[in-house]
Amino acid sequence: MSYASHESATRISAGTAITAEDIRAGGAKAPEDVARYALQLGDDALMLSQRLGWWIARAPELEEDIALANIALDLLGHARFFLTYAGTAWGRTEDELAYFRDEEEFRSCRLVEQENGDFGQTIARQLIFSYYQYELYRRLVRSTDPTLAAIAEKALKEIEYHQDHAGQWVLRLGLGTEESKRRIAAGLHYMWPYVDELFHDDELVDALGDVAVRPSGLRADFDARIRAILQEAELSVPEVLGAYGGDRSGQFSEQRGHILAEMQVLARQHPGATW
Amino acid sequence: MTTQNSGLHAVAAAEPAEQAELDRAGQEHFDRIIAEDSRIEPRDWMPAAYRRTLVRQISQHAHSEIIGMQPEGNWISRAPSLKRKAILMAKVQDEAGHGLYLYSAAETLGTPRSELNQQLLDGRAKYSSIFNYPARTWADMGAIGWLVDGAAIANQVPLCRASYGPYGRAMVRICKEESFHQRQGWEILHELSHGTPAQKQMAQDAVNRFYGPSLQMFGPPDDDSPNSKQSMAWNIKRFSNDELRQRFVDMIVEQAAALDLTLPDPDLKWNEERGHYDYGPLDWDEFKAVVGGRGPCNLQRMQRRRQAHEDGAWVREAAAAYARRTAPERAPAELIGA
Repeated sequence: MSYASHESATRISAGTAITAEDIRAGGAKAPEDVARYALQLGDDALMLSQRLGWWIARAPELEEDIALANIALDLLGHARFFLTYAGTAWGRTEDELAYFRDEEEFRSCRLVEQENGDFGQTIARQLIFSYYQYELYRRLVRSTDPTLAAIAEKALKEIEYHQDHAGQWVLRLGLGTEESKRRIAAGLHYMWPYVDELFHDDELVDALGDVAVRPSGLRADFDARIRAILQEAELSVPEVLGAYGGDRSGQFSEQRGHILAEMQVLARQHPGATW
Repeated sequence: MTTQNSGLHAVAAAEPAEQAELDRAGQEHFDRIIAEDSRIEPRDWMPAAYRRTLVRQISQHAHSEIIGMQPEGNWISRAPSLKRKAILMAKVQDEAGHGLYLYSAAETLGTPRSELNQQLLDGRAKYSSIFNYPARTWADMGAIGWLVDGAAIANQVPLCRASYGPYGRAMVRICKEESFHQRQGWEILHELSHGTPAQKQMAQDAVNRFYGPSLQMFGPPDDDSPNSKQSMAWNIKRFSNDELRQRFVDMIVEQAAALDLTLPDPDLKWNEERGHYDYGPLDWDEFKAVVGGRGPCNLQRMQRRRQAHEDGAWVREAAAAYARRTAPERAPAELIGA
């Protein structure tokens, strides 16, 4: 096996509960290209967590404040695992990666950076992203990189809940009232142009082989399952073309700068400080 | 009226004489429970004023949790490390959970959550005034945890023994989580006060702003607190406002020293004779103004709550419509469950 350094990660194996601290303490050093892959996964989770956190104390019901906070917290946990692991390649901490990289250094997809909009738009993004992540993580648990496999194993259980939450709401909004149907359909229409880029293969994935999951291979299962839930909700798959320019090579949304400006402001006012 | 169904009749619609008898027996039972320092449960007879007092107190506490999510929620997006962001998010989520337990406890007294929520939105119900102060800096997350949650714990620990069962039991769980919240607040301040000069100054500024308002959280002085006496006779309240405030001051003086921060009160000093710290006068005019709606953030907090409620109306309607639509499918499962 080419990634011999992973054998020292004795505390981390699939199925054991892990924390970001465990990953750091485990001593595994991610090879450069594995770190770049982990960074993509971590950035997606971090951006979506940042978006969902906005809903806390603004949701339609108290129970939903709790549910959305829970999902945001899960995603933040995943982000911390992936960024901590990625950082081992470059001697950087999760916080150095989250707070001291500029816009063009992030590798998140455009979907997770989109505006929350109304609850329908947020749920549309949740549906797409949780269904995508489910297909991704259920394959990533077999990654030949033990740390990535362990993170995926932990995350998968949580993503199953995120998927259920989004699906339950899509049914309620699709089959609820005319107004709710109109809004969830509009939300799906708004988010759909950013679906294609989730399934875009690149040279990094080619190089990683069995360490990574090939995005194009997820598309058929994603499409079938999304079609089924939308059909049950009496909604249709939006007929919109993919938005041009989406890949993870540095093309990014207009919203990214705003998200980072807010997220990073305090940390950057006090460089070198601990909190 | 026949004698054999008089029992049923009494429950359904008692004659005045029978009702008086039921009330007398109920009052006797209630008085005995209170004298024994045992618990009143939802189905027990209770005086109307006891029920009203509890609904008011429990719902005010629930509203405080809900409004209290705002000043801290305000810092989730800007928390300066991912670990702090996770802790803060979990804390605000706990507050929503506390709101839920407390509304549920209030519902056992016969007032539905929707009605309690409406009272809040209409401005007919109050919430803790402390949340009408702005959370301006990150250090406020520390001061709110240490001082505001600390004062809340001092107030709430005795409520775990409140005579109304569902309230006392809700408070047990809430107090466990609050003590975690206080510790995380103390830890934020400790990190800041031992950090850079700018961080230490941020921490001191937050403590300066939250010290007075947190002492006012215990309510007006005993000689100006009309409801306290009755609440104590009913074993809802166990200690007076001033007793609890003193207990809190005694606790935080030593904690402030450990934080290497000062409390903004020149009169604060140990009184050997009383065995307590003396503290200076509090600004009760400010307290009354903030309770009366003139705090820095009263309008902002209420506007935000109303906006969230209005923006969510179509979602709640959709969920209700979906529940009606799928009710026939679910009925058999519910019957099996029953």
